[in-house]
Amino acid sequence: MSLVVPVGKDDHVKGPEDAPVTLVEYGDYQCPGCGAAYPMVKAIQKHLGAKLRFVFRNMPLNEIHPNAEMAAEAAEAAGAQGKFWEMHDALYEHQDQLGPDLASALAKRLHLDVPRFEEDLGSRRFRDHVKRDFMGGVRSGVNGTPTFFIDGSRYDGMLDEQSLEGALRQRIA
Amino acid sequence: MTALVSGTIAPNFSLQAAPDKRLSLAEFRGRPVVLVFYPADWSPVCGDQLGLYNELREEFAKSNAVLLALSVDGVWCHAAFAKDRHYHFSLLADFEPKGEVARRFGVYRETDGFAERALFVLDKEGVIRWSYVSPIGVNPGADGILSALEALPGSAA
Repeated sequence: MSLVVPVGKDDHVKGPEDAPVTLVEYGDYQCPGCGAAYPMVKAIQKHLGAKLRFVFRNMPLNEIHPNAEMAAEAAEAAGAQGKFWEMHDALYEHQDQLGPDLASALAKRLHLDVPRFEEDLGSRRFRDHVKRDFMGGVRSGVNGTPTFFIDGSRYDGMLDEQSLEGALRQRIA
Repeated sequence: MTALVSGTIAPNFSLQAAPDKRLSLAEFRGRPVVLVFYPADWSPVCGDQLGLYNELREEFAKSNAVLLALSVDGVWCHAAFAKDRHYHFSLLADFEPKGEVARRFGVYRETDGFAERALFVLDKEGVIRWSYVSPIGVNPGADGILSALEALPGSAA
C-alpha cells in the first residue's frame, strides 16, 4: 500500500525537506499503540537527526476513543499558532489525562493565545482538516493506528524501535 | 477453497444478528452490501479492522451500502464485543452449522475452524462485484471496499 496524499503544505513536518528518508505517521492521540510509539519515534528522530523528515497526520478512531477528535483538533489549533509539535508531544506525554481540561491546561502552559485556541476548538475550525487527514489515510491503506509510511510505502513490520529504525536506515544510502 | 469471484450471485443466508434478531442477505436487495468475514471477535487485528469500518459509516452511506460482518462466534459473544467497541453495524453469527456461510462463500479455513479475513462487495442485485482475501494476519483496511463501492454502476460517487 502506498501513500495517496504526498507530503505537502498542509502537513506538520519535522526535519529537513531534503532529508534522505521520510516517515509519515497516521496516529490517534488516545490510542495506546500510538502512545507507545511516541517515545520510539522520538528516539529514532534523535538517532537519525537531519537524515529524517517526520510527518504526523490525524487518524482519530472516535467511536472507541471519544477524546481523540478533540485532541486532534487541539493539536491543529496549536499548530495555527505555530506550536503543533509542542502540543502533539504534550498530548502524548499526558495521554492518561486526555480530555478538554487537559487541552486547555496545555494551551496555557504553551503560552498560546487561549481565547483564540478555545474559539478554534469551539467552532470546530479544524474538523475538516482532521477529516481530510483521516480519509487520505483510509485511501492509502491505513488500517489501524498507528500506521507508518516510509517514503510513501506502508510499513508492515514489527512496531519496535529497532525494527522501525532499521527500515528507515535501509533507505538512507 | 477459493473465494467466490466477481460476477457470481451471492448465496443467500439467514443468520442471527442478535439474540432476538435474524437477518437475511435478501432483505438488503436494492442496496449494495459489504460483507466482512473475519476470524474472531476480540482478536487485536479484527478489532482494528472493524473499528476502522465503524468510523466510515458516512462513507458507506454515500453509496447507500449496508455493512455486515460475520464470524463463527456466537450471538452473545458478538453482542458483548459490539457493545464494548461501540459498533454500529451488525455482527452475524455464522455459528450453527459452524462456518456454513463462510464455506458457501469459499472463505472457510477448515484446519483453523474459522473464516478467512475476506471482503465482498455486492451490488444492489446481490451480485458479487469485488472480493478480496487478505493474509490472515493483515488488516486489509478500507480503501478496496470504498473503491469497489464507487465503481458500482449508478454509484453517486
